[in-house]
Amino acid sequence: MSVRPAARLTERARGERRLALLLCAPAVVVMAAVTAYPILYAFWLSLQRYDLRFPRRSAFVGLENYVTVVASSRWWEAVTNTVLITVVSVTIELVLGMAVALVMHRTIVGRGAVRTTVLVPYGIVTVVAAFSWRFAWTPATGYLVGWLHIGTDPLTAHGSSLAIIILAEVWKTTPFMSLLLLAGLALVPEELMEAAKVDGATAWQRFTRITLPLMRPAILVAVLFRVMDAFRIFDNIFVLTGGANKTQSVSILGYDQLFVGLNLGLGSAVSVLIFAIIALIGFIFIKGFGTAAPGAGARR
Amino acid sequence: MRHANPRERIGWGIAGAAVIVLALLPVAWILSLSFKTEAALKQSTLWPTEVTLDNYRGIFQTSLFTRALLNSIGIAVLSTLVAVLLASMAAYAIARLDFPGKALLVGASLTIAIFPQISLISPIFNIWRAVHLYDTWPGLILPYLTFSLPLAIYTLSAFFREIPWELEQAAQIDGATPFQAFWKVIAPLAAPGVFTTAILVFIFAWNDFLFSISLTSTDSARTVPAALAFFTGASQFQQPTGSIAAAAMVVTVPIILMVLVFQRRIVAGLTAGAVKG
Repeated sequence: MSVRPAARLTERARGERRLALLLCAPAVVVMAAVTAYPILYAFWLSLQRYDLRFPRRSAFVGLENYVTVVASSRWWEAVTNTVLITVVSVTIELVLGMAVALVMHRTIVGRGAVRTTVLVPYGIVTVVAAFSWRFAWTPATGYLVGWLHIGTDPLTAHGSSLAIIILAEVWKTTPFMSLLLLAGLALVPEELMEAAKVDGATAWQRFTRITLPLMRPAILVAVLFRVMDAFRIFDNIFVLTGGANKTQSVSILGYDQLFVGLNLGLGSAVSVLIFAIIALIGFIFIKGFGTAAPGAGARR
Repeated sequence: MRHANPRERIGWGIAGAAVIVLALLPVAWILSLSFKTEAALKQSTLWPTEVTLDNYRGIFQTSLFTRALLNSIGIAVLSTLVAVLLASMAAYAIARLDFPGKALLVGASLTIAIFPQISLISPIFNIWRAVHLYDTWPGLILPYLTFSLPLAIYTLSAFFREIPWELEQAAQIDGATPFQAFWKVIAPLAAPGVFTTAILVFIFAWNDFLFSISLTSTDSARTVPAALAFFTGASQFQQPTGSIAAAAMVVTVPIILMVLVFQRRIVAGLTAGAVKG
């Protein structure tokens, strides 16, 4: 943004600025009031001893809450689970999403039907889908336990619970990934593919040497959004296990500190730590793949 | 694609059919559960042998569900209207006007798009109790606005860049003020983009669980996703499976209708701007 002396701005340019600020102000005020102010307030709360059962005993305790959180095995368990769920589900989604995108791109008969149905998992309420998976794996009730002849409840064991959580997450969010990838696929020129075919390139060579490199920006945007989103995982775990059998994510842990532990100080410390982790991931992505980051295109 | 041979066509056709089945299976399962009788819920068959509407009758007789449905509709619709209005204003400024801080605004709103919502639960819970927004409609509408505005602004400014803006200048030459040019000429042209954005915001607000379960304590503002967690069976020995399935289907129907009718718009909205970077 060039800095021009206000006096030299024409009347029209000044009017334009005034209109722009007026138009942006309401959105900015709402967004700041619900994010910037609360996160600063969370930082302040995280430095207090603040138990909702004993509000009178509140006091400034410095970093004590952070020490408590970082020293607890539950925090590290939740971080490990969250990272595991994020890495595994985004990896599966990328591969599956690419396959689904290719199907949507190549299918001629029923293309509209495929594109419409993949929007169902995207649009459906996450909690509804999570209940569907929970009932599907409930012994005596579920069709999946029936088909696979599982005797015990898979949602009562650590490993199988995590697997089902990842399954639910992958089913719900692969369509979003595949639609972003499909938009990237559409940018790959058909003539280039035809030329490569004429030159004798196999389908796999065309995919890895032409399609993938050209789709790099679309892939990075899709992965960035999904990593950030998967890291916040809450609904699926809440419904499927409630965080039992050591399946807590950081979001479930933060919720429990507040509504089960009734400890606002500890809950806020967890909040600030999650915020810091997300900020770090975002920073690494933007630094690492700067030009491909969303927003780089918004300033054209 | 035009040159695809019959074998390739069949191959892609089968793959497409597989995608459709996998995408719909969990929804079909919930639908099936919602029509099952109490006894059939204990048999792990995919389809019910006997169809009953008891589960639906049951949930519409409880205020737990009907009130939650009313809250869901009201809160999602209001959030959508306000978000689209505020986002349209900001997106117009971003797409069309020259002003200091534009890059900062775009960057800041994208930061909010990836903001961990759980980080806000503790502070907002405390602030909302102090300002009496806890357990109210505005108490949920405000966070929904905040988290849908970034996507809405981003999508709308992508759409707004495609509009033939010469028309705006023509209007201004004819004596319209910048505001009149915006409202009378450009707004009607922008309607498709605005509509697409509205669908995405509605789906987001309709979907939310975290804010609803954290910022409400009674049925005065609790939405359906959160209410599902409070369902109980007709007696303490009954599982609420059938009721949950029926309620789940009721909130899924509007989403399925939207997807069927506005498929193209939703895809356009989700991918707007995402690949132009």
